[in-house]
Amino acid sequence: MQVPSHVEYERATSVEHALSLLSRPDTRVLAGGHSLIPMMKLRLAQPGVLVDINDLAELSYIRLDGGQLRIGALARHADLLDSAVAGQLYPIFHDAERVVADPIVRLWGTVGGSLCQADPSEDLSAVFAAARAVAVIRGQDGDRQIPVRQFHLGPYETVIGPGELLAEVRVPVHPGVGSAYEKVARRVGDWSIAAAGAVLRLSGHRIEDAGIGLTAVGAEHFVAAEAEEFLRGRAPDEENLREAATIAAARCHPVADQRGPEDYKRHLVAELTARALRRAAERTRAGR
Amino acid sequence: MTTGFGRMPRKEDQRFIRGRGRFVDDISLPGMLYGAVLRSPHPHARIVSVDTIAAEAHPRVRAVLTGETLAGRNLAWMPTLSGDTQAVLATDKVRFQGQEVAFVVAEDRYSARDALELIDVEYEPLPPVVDARRALDPGAPVVRDDLPGRDGNHIFDWEAGDAERTERVFRDAEVTVSQDMLYPRVHPAPLETCGIVADFDQVSGKLTIWATTQAPHAHRTLYAMMAGLPEHKIRVISPDIGGGFGNKVPIYPGYLCAITASMITGRPVKWVEDRSENLMSGSFARDFHMRGELAAGRDGTIRAVRVTVLADHGAFNGAAQPTRYPAGFFGVFTGSYDLEAAHCRVTGVYTNKAPGGVAYSCSFRITEAVYLVERMVDVLAFELGMDQAGLRMRNLLRPEQFPYTCQTGWVYDSGDYPRTLRLAMDIAGYEKLRKEQEAERARGHLLGIGVSFFTEAVGAGPRKHMDILGFGMADGVELRVHPTGTAVLRISVQTQGQGHETTFAQIVAEELGIPAEDVEVVHGDTDQTPFGLGTYGSRSTPVSGAATAIAARKVRERARLVASAMLEADPDDLDWERGRWFVRGDPDSGRTIAQIAMAAHSSLELPDGVEGQLDATCVYNPPNLTYPFGAYICVVDVDPGTGKVDVRRFIAVDDCGVRINPMIVEGQVHGGLADGIGMALMESIVFDADGNCLGGSFMDYLLPTSLECPSWELGATVTPSPHHPIGAKGIGESATVGSPPAVVNAVIDALRPYGVRHADMPLTPAQVWRAIQGRPFRTDLAIT
Amino acid sequence: MTVNGTEYAREVEPRLLLIHFLRDELGLTGSHWGCDTSNCGSCIVWLDDRPVKACTLLAAMADGRSVRTVEGLERDGRLDPVQQGFVECHGLQCGFCTPGMMMTARWLLDRHPDPAEAQIREVISGQICRCTGYENIVRSIRWAAEHPGGTR
Repeated sequence: MQVPSHVEYERATSVEHALSLLSRPDTRVLAGGHSLIPMMKLRLAQPGVLVDINDLAELSYIRLDGGQLRIGALARHADLLDSAVAGQLYPIFHDAERVVADPIVRLWGTVGGSLCQADPSEDLSAVFAAARAVAVIRGQDGDRQIPVRQFHLGPYETVIGPGELLAEVRVPVHPGVGSAYEKVARRVGDWSIAAAGAVLRLSGHRIEDAGIGLTAVGAEHFVAAEAEEFLRGRAPDEENLREAATIAAARCHPVADQRGPEDYKRHLVAELTARALRRAAERTRAGR
Repeated sequence: MTTGFGRMPRKEDQRFIRGRGRFVDDISLPGMLYGAVLRSPHPHARIVSVDTIAAEAHPRVRAVLTGETLAGRNLAWMPTLSGDTQAVLATDKVRFQGQEVAFVVAEDRYSARDALELIDVEYEPLPPVVDARRALDPGAPVVRDDLPGRDGNHIFDWEAGDAERTERVFRDAEVTVSQDMLYPRVHPAPLETCGIVADFDQVSGKLTIWATTQAPHAHRTLYAMMAGLPEHKIRVISPDIGGGFGNKVPIYPGYLCAITASMITGRPVKWVEDRSENLMSGSFARDFHMRGELAAGRDGTIRAVRVTVLADHGAFNGAAQPTRYPAGFFGVFTGSYDLEAAHCRVTGVYTNKAPGGVAYSCSFRITEAVYLVERMVDVLAFELGMDQAGLRMRNLLRPEQFPYTCQTGWVYDSGDYPRTLRLAMDIAGYEKLRKEQEAERARGHLLGIGVSFFTEAVGAGPRKHMDILGFGMADGVELRVHPTGTAVLRISVQTQGQGHETTFAQIVAEELGIPAEDVEVVHGDTDQTPFGLGTYGSRSTPVSGAATAIAARKVRERARLVASAMLEADPDDLDWERGRWFVRGDPDSGRTIAQIAMAAHSSLELPDGVEGQLDATCVYNPPNLTYPFGAYICVVDVDPGTGKVDVRRFIAVDDCGVRINPMIVEGQVHGGLADGIGMALMESIVFDADGNCLGGSFMDYLLPTSLECPSWELGATVTPSPHHPIGAKGIGESATVGSPPAVVNAVIDALRPYGVRHADMPLTPAQVWRAIQGRPFRTDLAIT
Repeated sequence: MTVNGTEYAREVEPRLLLIHFLRDELGLTGSHWGCDTSNCGSCIVWLDDRPVKACTLLAAMADGRSVRTVEGLERDGRLDPVQQGFVECHGLQCGFCTPGMMMTARWLLDRHPDPAEAQIREVISGQICRCTGYENIVRSIRWAAEHPGGTR
């Protein structure tokens, strides 16, 4: 088995301690480690100092608070999958978490870690973007809030700076929202070939707001913005949902690789966006 | 406490469930060093220089080997199992991405890995040969310029069958179909990677090796020949092995490097490969580009099969098969049908990829042969609009035709094929499934039913036909019954999970009546077992199992003579019931085998010519191969919107003759069926146009999990092998052979409404969707 | 670090992986490793009562915590019902994936004493077996569920 190169290790005893450690050069946050350590083993990442934040229980929570679902960055994937409140408000979380990695990795990998890894194939990026979530970034001078749609600068790059830590993700809660996630992979546990998440808020029989997140197809900020715009004000009927899906497929940038050729990926975006929208619409009607 | 054949829990389980197995990486010796291999990033390049100064200066490094080091010991090149040579550490050129270039030995495995980065190799990249179909183009880069008189990248041509007769049948036939198909490059990927601990004692001159080898005796003899060490000074031990599947048959460069390093440093050296090394440089399997043709009557009578094959052997011809069979046993592409004629031609070529070809439970290329013929039968069914099971039933060999000599000269020993297919169809509810399929199609749902019927040829093999590097494929056993009536059986084959410690004890139990719990099976140590060519090609039961039965019968006969002395009776007046000899007509008079054993060791006077004690040996030269067979039916659902395939059911009826332990037989089948899902739907080692290997980790070389596999539905028929002492045929590879065509046939069947006739494995969602569009793609090259 | 109830104190490099610490430092070779990319699951042990892929954690991350390996499955010389189930139902062939499968099975049964087959297949879906085709692993775990006291 491949092994990492030399690295130093610090264990944070508090958030303040973590932030102070992270303001030193060449440091990286070590949470679940299930993105970082594999990269270190392959020597694709060679940080100087790891700051282990697993003891920071104050960052591990999932709660409904004042019209927002607040998810601590250290919440494990399994916690989100097991959370009844999260699943009721946003079934998209359960749809997605069920197909992230595998059941054992989900016990250790964290929601925050996945978002910060910023892998273009990361399912949660599209999910939180579809839900128009906000990232709360904590620094030594306090918190700043960045919409998840502005959180990622590019593959493996986020807006988090030195001396900062992703503390929480806040998801707005509205009554009557329906959501769903559809993913296709070559095999259980594999990265998405493509995936689509949909969050629909209806007002009467019109879509008041639509969030469409796309995974692994080079969608800007993981969203299908034009498709979302198309749906605003329209009825959630099959024809409109299909048209939105077509727009989403036309506007993303899938790249051919061993998961599939470009034409297939684009087709998949259309197919899965339509399916996610349909299920999200059904779930608004079902009141969940 | 079971005696003899039947279901019984395995004896070897006790250590594994406690985590007390002893695998190569578990072994730790005082003073042991760790090795790491530096590998080429280029698929084809000249080596300009190799600078190891910085690596040697690392405080924890004890030695660095290069091609030059080994050349000084005449070890830079080694012979392969196909009569070719392979570089141990590259000297002039590197010829595949991942090829071994240097070997570092350090005090711990992390330092060894660090030191690799301190070796500076200057390469001059050369254009690679990546597409096997271009390897014979005039002007193609030459991979093996080290071989004198070599004509480009051509390795061999091989033929079987009668070309003219086959051509006549094709010209005469009412219907002919032809189909190109690829059996992609795949990898056995046992869960434990390959490795070695080599311990050379400088005082005694003895070399002790623990290695992941399926053939310790053959390895020992080859090491003696290669390293110039006297054979009796070499001991090779296969400890517990975490899966072989043919991946652990070859001698790998890492082994020789570890041995050399141990000889140089005088300390034990451990080398265990990473998974990426295993996938990129260890013996791959298959990679056959095939064109199949089938000639038939309009009524569905199959008359002839013809196939041409382009075999991609990688940069060195390291395929492991008997000498006179450069394409292994591909000759059984004649399948399970009565043909008037058949012909095949196989051309082997070099490319800039890792060596191998024969691995992953292929029974020496029978996986390829069965895939070819079973896909062709479905293509014929497609053309004729006939049901796939019905077409097979029509053409299967009949029981009265056995022993059957097929058109390429193989003598199938026994079988009642229609009965086995019928049983599979009954378990599946085949007719009901076809009705359900019709109903589903009317609703736009894609349900597919795939059938595969296979004949295997295992248990290599008769001395007059087969050898590997000149060694006959006979295997020996030694059986000794102790004075108190328990026994030890030493066998020349060894297990990598197949349960030999139990099944071989059961053979002795069946023949002699000594409980299986009381028979110790010793295997995997050249100091403690008789010579043999090892475990692969499902040969343990057909060859060593036969040897065991015969040795046990020799012991039984000696026991008869001892018993006759004990009972003061004539040997011809004694009868045997399992466990004892008794005077005919006087059942109470008997002596148990334990009593006889004690007497045989005592001072009891024995007749002239009868030796004391109770032991026997046997070296078994099989008169023929054995021919297990089976009928498999796979049921899939395909989502046309995404191309995703879900295997709903898999029915497998196997006939491996007499079953020593049905529980173990079923386990072997289960494992092989999972292989079929893997290869049919997700496994392949793919290269891009620059020769980069894209299948170097389990993130890209995908293996089926518990969620891709259904709950297997098994059935059995028993047609004993007429020439095997216990009528057993062997089962180890049958399911891996028979399952891929069943899955592929099922998916293609599901796509029938779209007129899809064929698409190559792996049938990933992308490939299935593209097949529906009428544009399936080549699966051996990178998707662009 | 407490491993199978015994406390150990060692000085290690920060980069040392937990699986290597257990195997090479402590000689607990029952847990294995089989890949480079956290896919195979042959390294699964418990860390603070949860299964974890020990190849993907640093030993340092387990500092001050409690680890349980396959060697700690049996209690006072008595095999765990999971271990017995694997023997009864032929849930292992080469034995390499087996410790990881059993550790996950034990954790599943502690939380869900009567799991359906689908749930069992789901929980082991991050672990590879090359020998058994998974069928008998599932049956072994069902046997343990049906015999919570084991036999004998």
